[in-house]
Amino acid sequence: MEKTWNNKAWFMVLPVLVLVAFSAVIPLMTVVNYSVQDTFGNNEFFWAGTDWFTQVLQSDRFWDALTRNLIFSGIILAIEIPLGILIALNMPKTGLGVPVCLVLMSLPLLIPWNVVGTIWQVFGRVDIGLLGYTLDAIGIPYNYVNNVFDAWITLIVMDIWHWTSLVVLLCYAGLVSIPDAYYQAAKIDGASRWAVFRYIQLPKMKRVLLIAFLLRFMDSFMIYTEPFVVTGGGPGNATTFLSIDLVKTAIGQFDLGPAAALSLIYFLIILLLSWIFYTVMTNSDAQS
Amino acid sequence: MARINLDHIRHAYGPNPKKPSDYSLKEVHHEWNDGGAYALLGPSGCGKTTLLNIISGLLQPSEGKILFDGKDVTNLSTQERNIAQVFQFPVIYDTMTVYDNLAFPLRNRKVPENEVDRRVTEILEMIGLSDRAKKRAQGLTADQKQKISLGRGLVRSDVSAILFDEPLTVIDPHMKWVLRSQLKRLHKQFGFTMVYVTHDQTEALTFADKVVVMYDGEIVQIGTPAELFEKPKHTFVGYFIGSPGMNVLPAKIDGSSVDLDGQKIALSFAPKFAAGAKTELGIRPEFIRLGREGMPVSISKVEDIGRQKIVRATFANRPIAIVVHEDGDIPAEPKITFDPAAINIYADSWRVADSLLVGGEA
Repeated sequence: MEKTWNNKAWFMVLPVLVLVAFSAVIPLMTVVNYSVQDTFGNNEFFWAGTDWFTQVLQSDRFWDALTRNLIFSGIILAIEIPLGILIALNMPKTGLGVPVCLVLMSLPLLIPWNVVGTIWQVFGRVDIGLLGYTLDAIGIPYNYVNNVFDAWITLIVMDIWHWTSLVVLLCYAGLVSIPDAYYQAAKIDGASRWAVFRYIQLPKMKRVLLIAFLLRFMDSFMIYTEPFVVTGGGPGNATTFLSIDLVKTAIGQFDLGPAAALSLIYFLIILLLSWIFYTVMTNSDAQS
Repeated sequence: MARINLDHIRHAYGPNPKKPSDYSLKEVHHEWNDGGAYALLGPSGCGKTTLLNIISGLLQPSEGKILFDGKDVTNLSTQERNIAQVFQFPVIYDTMTVYDNLAFPLRNRKVPENEVDRRVTEILEMIGLSDRAKKRAQGLTADQKQKISLGRGLVRSDVSAILFDEPLTVIDPHMKWVLRSQLKRLHKQFGFTMVYVTHDQTEALTFADKVVVMYDGEIVQIGTPAELFEKPKHTFVGYFIGSPGMNVLPAKIDGSSVDLDGQKIALSFAPKFAAGAKTELGIRPEFIRLGREGMPVSISKVEDIGRQKIVRATFANRPIAIVVHEDGDIPAEPKITFDPAAINIYADSWRVADSLLVGGEA
């Protein structure tokens, strides 16, 4: 077929290019710019090459924070995904219960993140917080300010409270799209409750679960606001995640070079891990 | 396989039904023979799927009992009734192979694995999917998927009946013929009791030994295709079966003479019916002869459908259809006669028995 060549077509693409350039490419490039140079103010820059990257990658601080991130994401995914599926399976499919459940489920998602942090910060306080005070009163030692274990528990429970709903809503959407005939056929085939889940519900939820998994992974890996408000990265550095470390480096210490290098490394890690998860999870689908 | 008795079954979806109109399924009381092939035919919403789900046990009837081989199964679950059902849209377990799909109902019932293998191999052969046994069921075409749904029903050697709920809806027309004749062959070979729900008369008439016509929650007639065609028990059956449907004309009946808006016809019998009933005469387009003698009609349109012509005409101020052979002559001053043996008389839409000599009565 004869193709029409017309360079004016580029004008059609231009608005998008400009938008993307200003919203993503140019800001990212300034970060790249900082990551390979050193500056002492006065707008003077000195070429630093890959020094900042080497410095970041060789620092224990980076590896410790990265480990914390991986552990945190691992734990919340291991809890939120199965818990979300379980809740979605038990939600009503018809009747008045549906809107009630959906609204209740959406509520935590609508709360601004720093408010979530504040809620839990107050909730967990031993002097005035309902949770902290109650635990203290019944004799369970709990103090997220100076106990590493308690600080982690608080952050994990907070994240579960905040985000499990997202998994629930996605799974629920997957579940209600299964035609009734599947359940009837399973009944006729004599399938057990487990077999119905394993061979009908889980396969039909696969796509939404992939989305839920990726979203929860990326979000939890980038978590900043809530731990910043609740623990401020402490006690010590026990809850200092990469994001908190990054802000400390960039704004606290004003080390723009290392901070820029860290940002890029951080970004590449998320990109890489998401890509790996996506490939692995969609590949198992294609093998047939 | 089983003989199925429907003992005074009624069903209402709402609670506390009182009026007859509250019932989606009005009283059904019938016996279906072991090894018979039945088609439930009717328009959408006439209650045929309700009846099917009552037989399979997916639905509990509000009233009445269901018996399989004389055993009351009304309160038994679908599994306990040993029913196989094929749905409108193919239901397959995507993540399993074709083989595992077919083995699923057996494995759930803890059938020994060597028996499973024997049955599944046999069924794969039967539905012609042996070469795909180890493939995932996901990538198959709609008709192959529907064959798997069917196969999962056939794989259990002990099923009481196989129920089909409009199973060929999503299948391409040319595959419909193939699948339908395969079904018919399987039925002949293995003698399952089969109940087949459809709104397509061709499907019902070609598949079943006995067609059960339903209308507005009621069974209006059970009969062989020939009975439905020649002696429709209800004017609805007349309209619904046949293409075009039966001509139904308002008629005044006095003894054995019929007055069709001025045109008089003598019947070979004197129909008996309750006084004041609305009386009608039904005649199929195939049994009206168009020629130079008889009662005058005015022709409005002639549709040529290949082997036949359908003549649309006005007779006694009513539209009627007449089927004429391809080479049939259409005279300038057309007149019609009715084949006396093919005339049916209806009182309040129900057929009035013509004589004791003619079969098809109940």
